[in-house]
Amino acid sequence: MAKDRGEKKHAPKQGGRAAHFQPGEKAKNFKGTILRLFGYLRPYIWQMVIVAITAILSTCFSIVSPAILGRGTDVVVKGITGVGIDYHELLVILLVLLAIYVAAWAFGTIQAWIMAIVSQKIIYTLRDKMSKKLDRLPLRFFDKVSYGEVQSRMINDIETINQTLTASITQMITAVITLIGIISMMLSISVTMTLAAMLVIPASIFVIKLVVGKSQKHFQNQQMFLGKVNSHVEEMYSGHDIVKAFNREELSQKEFEEYNDSLCEASWKSQFLSGLMMPLTQFIGNLAYVMVCFLGGYLALQGRISIGQIQAFIQYVRSFNHPVQQVANIANQLQSTAAAAERVFELLDEEEEKDTVDGDRETKDTNPDVDGDVKFENVSFGYLEGEPVIRDFSFEAKAGQRVAIVGPTGAGKTTIVKLLMRYYELDGGRILVDGQDIKTMSRHELRSKFGMVLQDTWLNSNSIGENIRYGKPDATDEEVEAAAYAAHIDHFIKTLPGGYDMEITEDATNISSGQKQLLTIARAILADAPILILDEATSSVDTRTERLIQKAMSNLMEGRTSFIIAHRLSTIKDADHILVMDHGDIVEQGSHEELLARSGVYAGLYNSQFSR
Amino acid sequence: MRTILHYYKKYIPYILITMVVLFVQVIAELLLPTYMADIIDNGIVVGDMDHIKQVGIIMIIVAALAGACSITGSLLASVTAAKSARRIRKDLFRKVTEFSSAEFGKFSTASLITRSTNDIQMVQQATVMFLKMMMFAPIMGIGAVFMALRTSVSLSWTVGLALICVCGLMVFSFIAIFPRFKVMQEKLDRINLIMKERLSGTLVVRAFRTEKQEEDRFDLANLDLTKLYIFVNKCMAFMMPTLTFIMSGVGILIVWAGAQLIDAQQLLIGDMLAYLQYAMHVIMSFMFVTMIFIMLPRAAVSAKRIAEVLNTEITVKNPENAKAGTAARKGMVEFRDVDFKFPDSEEAVLSGISFVARPGETTAVIGGTGSGKSTLINLIPRFYDVSRGQILLDGTDIRDMEQIELRSHIGLVPQKGVLFSGTIESNIKYGDENASREDMIRACEIAQAMDFINEKPLRFDEEIAQGGSNVSGGQKQRLCIARALVKNPEVLIFDDSFSAIDFATDKALRKALKENMVDKTIIVVAQRINTILDAEQIVVLDEGKIVGSGGHKQLLESCEVYREIALSQLSEEELGISEAQHAGEQKRLDEIAMRSLLPRGGEING
Repeated sequence: MAKDRGEKKHAPKQGGRAAHFQPGEKAKNFKGTILRLFGYLRPYIWQMVIVAITAILSTCFSIVSPAILGRGTDVVVKGITGVGIDYHELLVILLVLLAIYVAAWAFGTIQAWIMAIVSQKIIYTLRDKMSKKLDRLPLRFFDKVSYGEVQSRMINDIETINQTLTASITQMITAVITLIGIISMMLSISVTMTLAAMLVIPASIFVIKLVVGKSQKHFQNQQMFLGKVNSHVEEMYSGHDIVKAFNREELSQKEFEEYNDSLCEASWKSQFLSGLMMPLTQFIGNLAYVMVCFLGGYLALQGRISIGQIQAFIQYVRSFNHPVQQVANIANQLQSTAAAAERVFELLDEEEEKDTVDGDRETKDTNPDVDGDVKFENVSFGYLEGEPVIRDFSFEAKAGQRVAIVGPTGAGKTTIVKLLMRYYELDGGRILVDGQDIKTMSRHELRSKFGMVLQDTWLNSNSIGENIRYGKPDATDEEVEAAAYAAHIDHFIKTLPGGYDMEITEDATNISSGQKQLLTIARAILADAPILILDEATSSVDTRTERLIQKAMSNLMEGRTSFIIAHRLSTIKDADHILVMDHGDIVEQGSHEELLARSGVYAGLYNSQFSR
Repeated sequence: MRTILHYYKKYIPYILITMVVLFVQVIAELLLPTYMADIIDNGIVVGDMDHIKQVGIIMIIVAALAGACSITGSLLASVTAAKSARRIRKDLFRKVTEFSSAEFGKFSTASLITRSTNDIQMVQQATVMFLKMMMFAPIMGIGAVFMALRTSVSLSWTVGLALICVCGLMVFSFIAIFPRFKVMQEKLDRINLIMKERLSGTLVVRAFRTEKQEEDRFDLANLDLTKLYIFVNKCMAFMMPTLTFIMSGVGILIVWAGAQLIDAQQLLIGDMLAYLQYAMHVIMSFMFVTMIFIMLPRAAVSAKRIAEVLNTEITVKNPENAKAGTAARKGMVEFRDVDFKFPDSEEAVLSGISFVARPGETTAVIGGTGSGKSTLINLIPRFYDVSRGQILLDGTDIRDMEQIELRSHIGLVPQKGVLFSGTIESNIKYGDENASREDMIRACEIAQAMDFINEKPLRFDEEIAQGGSNVSGGQKQRLCIARALVKNPEVLIFDDSFSAIDFATDKALRKALKENMVDKTIIVVAQRINTILDAEQIVVLDEGKIVGSGGHKQLLESCEVYREIALSQLSEEELGISEAQHAGEQKRLDEIAMRSLLPRGGEING
């Protein structure tokens, strides 16, 4: 009975859902996944042995205790029918019982205590493995799997596994042992009565299965309509001005009410059906009670059984439902755990990026003059096999040159950049940086040569100073300030409360997007890499801030080879070399004048953009 | 709270029946141990098989009654909770639909979503809990105490002792565990945040080779969470067996004390066994009640949050006697000395705005971020109401018109390309359900959307995911434009709707609009100056005031703010000024830009 409460206590934590009614997702390879998950227990083999032993002992003690309590009752019964109660014998029995309870308590606590530590260490390891894995996954992986999906595996799936590890493993052990124990105890009291009780037990298993089966459909419906209601709410609320502008309030309300009605229907049905379980099994339990009493009374009359034994037997019959329910529950939970674990393992098994060169080799600076030379030789590449995005592309940028990449949105401008940084591997040809094939460098070495400012101004929730220092963790405060100064943001930072120590909050809402852009520029300035990659789009920034960004960017480009995904006339015109891309192809390249003279795609783009 | 309770009024009969049924159930369940005692005392001990049979049958009937009551109670509770939740949800959704942008701003969209979804779920769950447990547990508790006292007064101390121990355990969990659940959620959120940042910053992390740094940051949060989890789980590891121990321990006490009473012939053996059961009932009820006291405040918070929304007064209302709309609207929009400030805000966002947007003309609104451009056009469809002055549509104050009537004359293209889940067709027809295929295609042609629609395999039947996440920004904006065009309104409003469209398409789009929308009133908010070069009227906003209006040429000469914007976006040839002049202007603007980053009134001194 007490254990029953224990489980219910966990329930609100899972969002109050009735776990055993929830239709579980199925894992593709249930056995393999569960075995692999259990494999994580191996380092804790000794702890697990102790857990198993204590769990078995504590269960055994719980099982024998009703029998002993029954013997106590017998002593009392004997007392009233005979010469008075033998208090000495009763005391001994009760003390033995007390000792057993204490032992059950101690073993139970030890078992759960160890399990708490072991399970959390495993969860820690899993999270840690995933965290490290993320940095070794090729970017291709993120083309297939969205960030949200990865995050969900990291948080939700791990949480599901956590629940199982903490509670279910030991519950499984105890439930099975309890079942076996109860049956053998019952048999030891009376075979006849056990057989009678066994007629009742399948009935209760049948009822449990029936109710679970019936209600599952409604639970599924409830989930589905809840999802529909929620997404309708989300969609209509976030587009509320559009709904209003197009006078669609009534239609939206009507649609909502349809979902709402279905939800209400599914909701009370599932709720009601799951509420059937308790009264039904209880009734069956009472039925068993009467049967046992009747049979027990008959046997007692013949002197084949004592009243205390009847009492104990009744307790066993009553406690039989609980482990049965528990096993059904755990079986269900194991299913969803396997599905969750499978997703986690899938991620952990993803192929990693391999460096052809080991470790962080020092760059052999034989010729400092070529610092920042970049050469593409017959490069070809496609995100999907058979669909080349870049074909046979050759081009050379000398140290210190500015290269602009132009073209309409979606033309694949960033692809060039991604290849250069070796986020993706080439399908053919090679790229040379400082005269060296990038494949013969480690990624770390290669990327140390690049500084990057992206349109997406990514900062993390840390202080402003730390964010600037991001690319060079050992930079002094003076260096940070100098970089901020060159990025025209130093003065602004000093006016903030806390200055460089001001924390940037989640999603960095406390500074404007233009200021964020300036911070990323300062970050790139401090990192001081010989080659720069700039995505200069500033569409969400007002004109004044945009000017500052432009100026900061020119400061940054000073003396560095730069690749600029260009939107602005001035950048494009001043570039030493322009690559024009369309539909993923490099359609033209050359200087501004050359390209204008050719009056091709570039000339067309230029004219539509910059003149009337 | 009263607002929410109101919703249960209709279900008072249900609730009353539930109470009655639960009461019967309690009596039945409390009777069961008595019958059990009877069977043992007068049946088994004496050896009266007939008595066992008789009482056994009665007992089964009583058990069936208890079961039936429990099922009925559960049915009523489920229905009451689900149906009242449905009504709350319905009213809440209707209310929020009526909200103007001001109310949305007050609550924030995210919070309104949570209130309409999770909070209502919470209230529904609490209702079931309340009806099933809250009413059952106290009745059961009192009944069990009564029965226990009736059976034996002198055994009461055993139950009392057990209750004190359970109480102690509860206090322990209140102090040691419950506060930590909240901390646990915070730490989990922290892990979530770090993860989100790392994932969205993958490119940057790798470019700066800070993988190790990020891993360490995550590891710290991970360790933190693990430690807390271990602590809480250890507490639980102690709690559960202790509870079991208390429950079984009370059994020993009862048998020991009971034996002496039996010896003294003050108690029957069956009664002692019944007493054991009553004791369990008392302890369990006590625990249920404590659990509910933990649950209830959480539900009350949710109920309060829902009530807040339901009780909010809507700021934008329909007029009491609306002026009937004249059929022949032309679409002239006039601002007369309009001021606007957000509710609860001191400073006016717009002040003294007066201008007229005429049919057949394009009126452009330009200005820096925060100048109030978007707010200005949000006033036209009454997303907000003006604080002072008035806005007229063809001479009628828009506050004197039905909102539906007003909005039927306006086609709005929002800044963010908001699309709804469905198909391309359903999104375009959002503007006019009865639009013919020709209308739709024509609108798409003008909006320059036909090209990419034709490239999609299913063309107009192509799925649009929620929020339009499966089409690019430029495509979204073009679909939004087509949606507004298909409505064929007199007034077309574009709120910076070309920003994600590339220059060539932008140009073609403007040309098509000019040719096809000859008699419409077009109002455009823009960032890019070349989008609005040929507007008949350009209104320049700066810090909520009109600082200039007129044509491009005229403004270049007369309006400082306009020049500043133009200079930063156009080259010297296009502006028709000399290179030296351009350079000089640029330098001056740099200084202005530097200053603009500073708080108001700040001086550059470094």
